[in-house]
Amino acid sequence: MKTEQPAIQVTDLTVAYRDKPVLWDIDLTIPGGVLMGIIGPNGAGKTTLMKAILGLVRPSAGQVLVYGKPYAQQRRLVAYVPQRNSVDWDFPTSVLDVVVMGRYGALGWFRRPGKREREQALDALARVGMQDFASRQIGQLSGGQQQRVFLARALVQDAQVYLMDEPLQGVDATTERTILRILHDLRATGKTVVVVHHDLQTVSEYFDQVALLNVRLVASGPVAEVFNAATLRATYGGQIAFLEGRDPGRSAPEPRAGIAVS
Amino acid sequence: MELFTEIILIAIVTAVACALPGVFLVLRRMAMISDAITHTVLLGIVLAFFVVRDITSPVLVVAAAGAGVATVVLTELLSRSNRVREDAAIGLVFPLLFSIAVILIAQYAGRIHLDVDAVLLGELAFAPLDRFEFAGNDLGPRSLWLMSGILMVSLALLITFYKELKLATFDAALAAAFGFAPAALHYGLMSVVSLTAVGAFNAVGSVLVVALMVAPPAAAYLLTDRLPHMLALSALFGALAAILGCWVAFALNASIAGAMAVMTGLIFCLAWMFAPQRGLLAQVVWRVRQRWEFAQAMLAVHLLHHQATVQAVVECQAAHLSEHLNWPPAFTEQVVRRAEQRGLLVQQNGMLTLTDQGRRFVATILGGDEL
Repeated sequence: MKTEQPAIQVTDLTVAYRDKPVLWDIDLTIPGGVLMGIIGPNGAGKTTLMKAILGLVRPSAGQVLVYGKPYAQQRRLVAYVPQRNSVDWDFPTSVLDVVVMGRYGALGWFRRPGKREREQALDALARVGMQDFASRQIGQLSGGQQQRVFLARALVQDAQVYLMDEPLQGVDATTERTILRILHDLRATGKTVVVVHHDLQTVSEYFDQVALLNVRLVASGPVAEVFNAATLRATYGGQIAFLEGRDPGRSAPEPRAGIAVS
Repeated sequence: MELFTEIILIAIVTAVACALPGVFLVLRRMAMISDAITHTVLLGIVLAFFVVRDITSPVLVVAAAGAGVATVVLTELLSRSNRVREDAAIGLVFPLLFSIAVILIAQYAGRIHLDVDAVLLGELAFAPLDRFEFAGNDLGPRSLWLMSGILMVSLALLITFYKELKLATFDAALAAAFGFAPAALHYGLMSVVSLTAVGAFNAVGSVLVVALMVAPPAAAYLLTDRLPHMLALSALFGALAAILGCWVAFALNASIAGAMAVMTGLIFCLAWMFAPQRGLLAQVVWRVRQRWEFAQAMLAVHLLHHQATVQAVVECQAAHLSEHLNWPPAFTEQVVRRAEQRGLLVQQNGMLTLTDQGRRFVATILGGDEL
């Protein structure tokens, strides 16, 4: 699906909680087959942007298209990995069962998961190195293992677009390596992967495209073109002095004129 | 059927009907909403009674279920306004609706058998007196039919929407992203809870309904980590509380509803204390074992650090250990004995030496890469 049609096209999107805009007039194009990081300070609306793409929050204005159509018609094309702490890990269920839940969307109403779904789930668990934990209670997992289970649950959806909310937040080194390998595997097979990310040091290393968000979209595009001191300053405002000291965009070229600042 | 059998049957069916939706209430952390619903259904019953003037009309059941759902909606409206927290919202909504119902009964319905005591506590012993008759034949107690019907509806919905309900309870966002309408499922569940509360409070009263909806699932939750098992155990505990409660009530000539509620509490207490992994006893045993385990680990690390050094003679002397580790001598002795029994160390002329197994033990504790 690596065509000229973008995987996700966000147009004039404004989301507000009451009268407080969380996202202001976002225009964002995510081309197919890229690995894009979404970065921005706390409260920048990164999670809200994901939820708006998935139709989980209602926009005050604007629209989102997934491969040219509204999300409601394209549910099967999109897989979602929410933040790990968004669910109750004491819920009485097994690791395998959580991964099988990824197939529920494809099954639709009423149809029960069967042997086929369990096999797909086991395959996905093997891909994230968690096959030995299939029958564990989910509450017994470490944070990194929980994140890998969530990733496996997204993998069984066999989608075209993967939206992941902070999958690398607070995980161990093994999990980080596993997740990165899978992100690259997904991109290699033409999938589009969008990741909310918090570590500026690793942006240039991990992603080929980046969107800098702080209520408004500051810039988006290939990392080499848009990830630099000027856009970071525009995104992070007062925090930039400390950021410049750490030289986050070291592999990016020097700030250049004509950056797309919306 | 004998009276005794009929009462027990009504109790069992009621308990199971309450325990099943109760599982989802407990998992959704909404147990207290059942308290609100069981009270406000009364308003629905009273209002419907004024319209149809017939205490046995099925309209009453529907109206009561409607009042239950209205309670949930009002509570959510209040808490969503961000001016009141959810628990306070429940505390605001249901006494208001309930007290309106109480006033209406006292003012206008005093003649009929809607009295407040019966609503709060119910009287299972009288339930078989209200017969269901069809074409002149006695088909058994009306509340047995009513509760069996409600149980069947509840079971059918649970089986049909099991997958969707499970996902919406565990991860509502994913359920919404898949298009499973978690809000609709939520109100569907609340309708079932309301319907069950109406049917049940006729027989057992609203206070006991809460006990039957919360205690069996809470006990089951401590004993299993699979949802189907939790549902089955919850139903089983409900039925068990019903049987034991009836039995105790008959033996002591006490209130059946009260005895059943006590039994649900007792079952929960037993699970809370003796559950294999999450029970109090298991936790205490685990903590004690951890304490010995950790003491042995400290001892083994100490020995490893010193056994190849010149101070070994002093540091690894069984007699001097208490001093070095600053442990009470009796405790040190215990730890050494336990470690010896496990084969972690050997004692020769009062000198302690780690075995190979002891070295591996230390290696796993220190994470391997530090050795």
